Amino acid sequence: MRRFLTRRLIQSALLLWFLMSFTFALTRLTPGGPESALLEQPNMERVDLERLRERFGLNDPLPMAYAKWLSSAVRLDFGRSYHYLRPPLDVILERLGPTVQLGLMAYAIALLGIPLGVIAAFHRGKLPDISIRVFTVFGDSVPNWWMALVIIVVLSTLIGWFPHGMGRGGPGEWFSHIIIPALILGLSGTVAFTRFVRSQVLEVLEQDYVRTARAKGLTELRVVTRHILRNALIPVVTLLGGLLPALVSGAAITEGIFNWPGMGRLYLEAASTRDYPVLLAIITVATIATLLGTLLADVTYGYVDPRVRYG
Amino acid sequence: MSEPTFRPGARLPRPEAAVRRSGTADAGPEVPESGPRSRGAYARAWAKLRHDPATLVAGAVLTVIVCITLLAPWIADTFLQTTPERIMRTPAGRIAVLQPPGPGYPLGTDDLGRDALTRLLFAGQVSLTIGFLVALVSVVVGTLAGLVAGYFGGWVDDIVNAMVQFVFNIPGLFVLIILSLLLRPDVLLLSLIFGFFFWPGTARQVRGVVLSVRALDYITAARALGASNTRIMLRHILPNVANIVMVVAGLDVAAAILGESALSFLGFGVQVPLASWGNMLSGSQDMFRRAPWLVYPPGVMIFTTVLSVVLVADGLRDAFDPRV
Repeated sequence: MRRFLTRRLIQSALLLWFLMSFTFALTRLTPGGPESALLEQPNMERVDLERLRERFGLNDPLPMAYAKWLSSAVRLDFGRSYHYLRPPLDVILERLGPTVQLGLMAYAIALLGIPLGVIAAFHRGKLPDISIRVFTVFGDSVPNWWMALVIIVVLSTLIGWFPHGMGRGGPGEWFSHIIIPALILGLSGTVAFTRFVRSQVLEVLEQDYVRTARAKGLTELRVVTRHILRNALIPVVTLLGGLLPALVSGAAITEGIFNWPGMGRLYLEAASTRDYPVLLAIITVATIATLLGTLLADVTYGYVDPRVRYG
Repeated sequence: MSEPTFRPGARLPRPEAAVRRSGTADAGPEVPESGPRSRGAYARAWAKLRHDPATLVAGAVLTVIVCITLLAPWIADTFLQTTPERIMRTPAGRIAVLQPPGPGYPLGTDDLGRDALTRLLFAGQVSLTIGFLVALVSVVVGTLAGLVAGYFGGWVDDIVNAMVQFVFNIPGLFVLIILSLLLRPDVLLLSLIFGFFFWPGTARQVRGVVLSVRALDYITAARALGASNTRIMLRHILPNVANIVMVVAGLDVAAAILGESALSFLGFGVQVPLASWGNMLSGSQDMFRRAPWLVYPPGVMIFTTVLSVVLVADGLRDAFDPRV
């Protein structure tokens, strides 16, 4: 276990370092770099530009700038946002709350896939299975950003209202604002869970120990809960952790469309204003979240399934 | 006698050799018996597909979509008398900005007064091209990596696995956005960038199949006959991978079209003068509340295309699965 953890941590650190360096180099070496962001500002004087370049460390030669940036970035100091003129991490932390709320809500909706998958498996080939299959195939093929647009258009023409930003006037308003973005964001997770759980349960249903359990005369309820579900749901744990990063990353579109004041929308805003310190900081934070998610999934898997050995 | 001598590596039949080889595992495509057998697998799959209406309909729909997008210039020229860039005029002679569907513009016009139907057809070319290119990159790189990793195992496998894990852990959308912001990619580069995120999925699937095939007796037999690693991989293992690769390629096309549409919708990805199904809808939500007729067609096209690709891939998987 310890060897497994150290190896994974080293791999994770390498990926993080590579991705940070790669994106940093990209922002400095491409023609659309910070230069153009500063020049795009109207009434920017030559002198101001020089002053700003000095202040943001853009005059340093590349290796030096890289060393400086990396050494402060590992201490989670990403310099100053060009737009907010504050440390990017402060801005991100302000936006993290809404993103986490939306993510948790979407997660809850994604978990609905577990009962759906179980139902589909137990009624294989019958009406419930077929309708659930239609749902998953449709859910996979509809672009979720488009569905969000359609919902906005339909709602605003029908009742003249659609969720826009966060509802800050009490729990009722909060819920009415969060539920539709969360549904859109969680749908692909629901589909993934449904399909995965269905195939897992179908596989377990064919196992000999299920027949043995029935032959012993156990009640059907006990067979299902103790013997089928317990075994079928073990691998689902991997998906639990694997979904986290998808929610962090995928939220950008949903947050953008519904004006949800989270980290994803911050990223889109920073991209349109070319606020590189914020972009690099968010990529770092998102990568850390992704790595933690997968690591957590693998470790939990070992706890719930004692057959798993870490090599 | 007309032997199939066009095939590279095919030899004139030497009686003894032919007899000796016919029963062995190294009976590649040169030996006549293997021909009908492999055709048999496809014939069986086709026989199953013929009784699978969902897949047939999906295949037909996909063919129609590919045809009308390929014929976009001709359709636009002959029936609509316009181009994707041309600014339309209303019957009264004004510039047709955000006009609802009417004569001259069957699906209405966008905020610059361009015909939405023409743009929809041309956008289809871009979206489908990206979908197929991404699948191509994913299949070529992923199959090669999966084949080598599964066949050799050991440190080769470790390296490929590390790379697969590496790509899986990259927050895709964020990196795609910053890449298109800084590199301003054209269609080809965009497909390559997407392909980079897609190949690990293919590699994983291929590796799984290779691992199970590698342990079979006929591979040992081929090795005992002195076949080289390259020959074993290409002649004896690769054909087994073909089915799964076909399915994965289909799912890649679908996922790539969805991914490209999302990125282009956000204003990154395919850049504006060129239309894609995604960037036709990028813009403010306010505009679409005023012109709801613009919202539906691109989404319906994406949905229909992706759905039919997924159904065809699913159908092919079932058709080639001997257990079903």
